[in-house]
Amino acid sequence: MLIFYVGSLASLFLTSLYRLNEDGSGIEKVIGLQNYKELAHNSVYLDITLRTLKIAVLVTLLDIVLALPIAFFMAKVVSPRFRRLLVAAVLVPLWASYLVKAFSWRAIIGSPGGVLDKTFGMSPNYGEIGLVIVLAYLWLPYMVVPIYAGLERLPDSLLDASSDLGAHFGFTFRKVVLPLLMPAIVAGSVFTFSLSLGDYIAVDLVGGNTQVIGSVVFDTFSADLPFAAAFAVVPVIIMVAYILGIRRTGALENL
Amino acid sequence: MHFTRTVRVLFGTLTWLVLAFLYVPLIIVAVLSFNSVASLAWPPKGFTLHWWRLAAHSSGARDALMVSLKTAVGATAIALVLGLLAALAIHRFRFFGRESLNLMIVLPIALPGIVTGIALNAAFRQVGFAFGYLTLIIAHATFCIVVLYNNMLARFRRLSPNLEEASADLGAHTFQTFRYVTFPLLRTALLAGGLLAFGLSFDEIVVTTFAAGAGLETLPIWIFRNLSRGDQQPIVTVVATVVMVMSIIPVWIAQRLTSDDGPLTGGTR
Repeated sequence: MLIFYVGSLASLFLTSLYRLNEDGSGIEKVIGLQNYKELAHNSVYLDITLRTLKIAVLVTLLDIVLALPIAFFMAKVVSPRFRRLLVAAVLVPLWASYLVKAFSWRAIIGSPGGVLDKTFGMSPNYGEIGLVIVLAYLWLPYMVVPIYAGLERLPDSLLDASSDLGAHFGFTFRKVVLPLLMPAIVAGSVFTFSLSLGDYIAVDLVGGNTQVIGSVVFDTFSADLPFAAAFAVVPVIIMVAYILGIRRTGALENL
Repeated sequence: MHFTRTVRVLFGTLTWLVLAFLYVPLIIVAVLSFNSVASLAWPPKGFTLHWWRLAAHSSGARDALMVSLKTAVGATAIALVLGLLAALAIHRFRFFGRESLNLMIVLPIALPGIVTGIALNAAFRQVGFAFGYLTLIIAHATFCIVVLYNNMLARFRRLSPNLEEASADLGAHTFQTFRYVTFPLLRTALLAGGLLAFGLSFDEIVVTTFAAGAGLETLPIWIFRNLSRGDQQPIVTVVATVVMVMSIIPVWIAQRLTSDDGPLTGGTR
């Protein structure tokens, strides 16, 4: 199975080197870099890649901000009994259908007539901002879980020591908790970042006209598989670079 | 540990807000499926079971449900066997390439679903497999295995090797030990992992799109295709609610079965 999976990735690279035949009716198995040349020369694809990266970064930052307080509350503030319940409460939506959740947001942020619009009289509507919110919503549990696990490993005595030495809570949080949590946060970011890079369903439902890597791959896939494969290699390269870059933080043991 | 009242209240409030943020969208879909007006309009005008009746009689949705069920059962069965064996191998033995194997098994969850999907699609073409149930089940099994593997490994780490040693000391051979000692201890983890894999397969859409070919339509694909059709919208909310419940219930049970193993992780898209 594993060989099969790795083999598939290899075949993805191989396919990305093929080209369509003259009339576009089939795939010619000739090795060449023309798909990558097209990606490099046409500035549209650079824009799309940069936009996708920007969205992935924003989603990850938003998730960190949202996940920190809930993870801290779960791990350090509440009683163990209540903690079990909270952990389950955070995890269950993670497994609820991703499509259904994105679909629901379509009903929420649509304007006019969506839930936000009717309740508060304003809504981001479909587009990039809406997309960032929805993606952050979809991947939030992936950030909460590693941060929570990281906080559980953090001894309470460190917090007590800091406050015994006169530090108020905000200071302790910034100078003691955050630095020790960095590996866990980075581990969570691997998920939120990677998932955002490849998404096209939520983009289609709430992204308006926003074009990202995933939507281009999806749109070109049936007409030009080699080109779609080449563009799908881009997030792989980004993720591998990202994972190599964070290896030193020790985040990979937290995955 | 002691926190000031301000800290408790602040973090408590933020937690409840985030939980509301997580749950409100799920509730909204369910509410809309009972809306008497045929659109996504908010607020709902009245209560009706009309769409539920229509959905029950929609042959497209019913066929898709059967495809989803068959796929989920097939993928879960493969994942149960291979996930257990992989976890057993990684936990029990030290062998060459063990670390990289471990990394590679979690690879499907670190890469975006669209990459997995298009990679599998390209591979099926290279090998010359016809797209259908076989390719769909194999594709789903690749990420279901990760779930089983993670769950089994978490359970193995909690099990004491003493039990198996005691069994061996009492004269049981390897197979008897596995059958009467190890397996009963693994049962709840297997069941939980199986339920999770089932739930995951049931609502997966990205990999499915690339691995199913044109003829097969699972429920999520059916939803996605009908979303843009205005007349189908209310039925879509019903089907969406069904999919949501079908994936949440197994997970809730699984969570209860393994709450001592640590949080369930290893989800994937």
